[in-house]
Amino acid sequence: MRIGIIAYQGSFEEHALQTKRAMGTGDIVPVKTSKDMRQLDGIIIPGGESTTIGMLASKLGIIDELREQISSGLPVLGTCAGAIFLAKEASDSKVKKQQDLLKVMDITVVRNYYGRQRESFEAEVDLSEIGEEKARVVFIRSPAITKVWGNSKSLSKLNGVTIMAQEGGILATTFHPELSNTLAVHKYFLSLVKK
Amino acid sequence: MRLYELSFSEVEDYFYKLAEVRDSLKDQGLLTEMPELKSNLKIAEGTTMVKHAFPIFQKGGVVMDVTNVKQAEIAEEGGAVSVMVLDKLPYDVRKMGGVARMADPKIIEEVMSSITIPVMAKVRIGHFYEAKVLEALDVDMIDESEVLTPADETHHINKWLFKVPFVNGARSLAEALRRISEGASMIRTKGEPGTGNVSEAVRHMKLINSELRSLVSMSEEDRNMKAREYQVSYQLLELVAKLGRLPIVNFAAGGIATPADAALMMWLGSDGLFVGSGIFKSEDPEVRARAIVMAASAWEYPEVVLEAQKMISEQKTMMGIDIKSLPPEQLLQVRDT
Repeated sequence: MRIGIIAYQGSFEEHALQTKRAMGTGDIVPVKTSKDMRQLDGIIIPGGESTTIGMLASKLGIIDELREQISSGLPVLGTCAGAIFLAKEASDSKVKKQQDLLKVMDITVVRNYYGRQRESFEAEVDLSEIGEEKARVVFIRSPAITKVWGNSKSLSKLNGVTIMAQEGGILATTFHPELSNTLAVHKYFLSLVKK
Repeated sequence: MRLYELSFSEVEDYFYKLAEVRDSLKDQGLLTEMPELKSNLKIAEGTTMVKHAFPIFQKGGVVMDVTNVKQAEIAEEGGAVSVMVLDKLPYDVRKMGGVARMADPKIIEEVMSSITIPVMAKVRIGHFYEAKVLEALDVDMIDESEVLTPADETHHINKWLFKVPFVNGARSLAEALRRISEGASMIRTKGEPGTGNVSEAVRHMKLINSELRSLVSMSEEDRNMKAREYQVSYQLLELVAKLGRLPIVNFAAGGIATPADAALMMWLGSDGLFVGSGIFKSEDPEVRARAIVMAASAWEYPEVVLEAQKMISEQKTMMGIDIKSLPPEQLLQVRDT
């Protein structure tokens, strides 16, 4: 199995370690140019600043390739900024600005939903839909999935707000499984890759 | 891409076990909110884990110094991961002299409502109350910085007392670990700010790297001695030796002015960069911001760095100052330990 991780910026090293532990044998490759996109079985878009990742992805010419491969079935895990990147609709709770998005998933995401860094938090979340009871995870300047429609379904909520959603081989979380001590999200994602 | 022996949550477990951390948190009544403890609280804000997590999302990116909304917008457009709001750029601090203090809260507020990326701001070393003011203002990170005039000649702020994460400067491993013990969530090498000369940033990064290497290969007994020499707990040194790197994010800063400078610092092992005067003291800030961001995140690809370097013009790069021409009292990096 070959899993690519978009490695411009953000929590890509943390995703690499969690994926390696969840996967056992297999390759993890950093993805920065379209050359790196070849022969992947799955791809991870990490947390970071979505505007920066979007700018670099279009500047270095992988954005079209990425959209094409995901549309034709490449499984993808997007966390936080990654979830924003996957959404068909995204807005900022305060500053209204357009940004480069992949627009491949039937979800609406609101950036910085809970506020700024001072309002970032850790919480116990319910992962029973993907085979683990509960896990303690962090939400950092986190977005929220405010609407789930079409083929997407909500897999977990925190105080009524969706924090994890799935559409076929696309998995999005607003929290950071790569910074937690559970491998459940990565294992679930890898099970989507195997299908 | 580097793979470490320990994951983020395992590093955090270690932090929670550090006696110093535990004691200062216990004093603040924060111990009950710690993750491995059974707690009735569903949500906990401002914990050590939340503060250490924020800089992870800055990794591979460039934080840019700005003094107004216009510059902040250029930084965001250019792909900065955060902006750092200052009253004067280090280059101007150097030129104008006098006491340099935190930026005007009104300007910080304006910047916060005009861009979506995180907003950081600087406070004077040891100035507990400038930090309290910035926390009340809700900035995303506080930089306790030697670029401003130190308020306390001997002590740094006890950063465990804040919900907002702090970044601190360091020139050596000992300095970095002391700041981590005081609760810093991120380290930046000091370099020599406002000079457009990257040599000091290089020196600090190489020194920290070589001190890390020697710590990894050291016997337990020698490590004990080192802990005393560094004035930090043995457990922290043990964690660092296990990781082979600092347990929190480490950025390079001071004198970075071109895409090639940026790539050099990343090659030396920095997790990301702070760029100050280098962008807004050049004659091509819009293009230069974008070029430096490209070079920082794709530093392993010389052809991308070349493309970035071609985007800017050396003629428009800020006028540098040779460190050797500065009298010792004008060095900013030595203003604390």
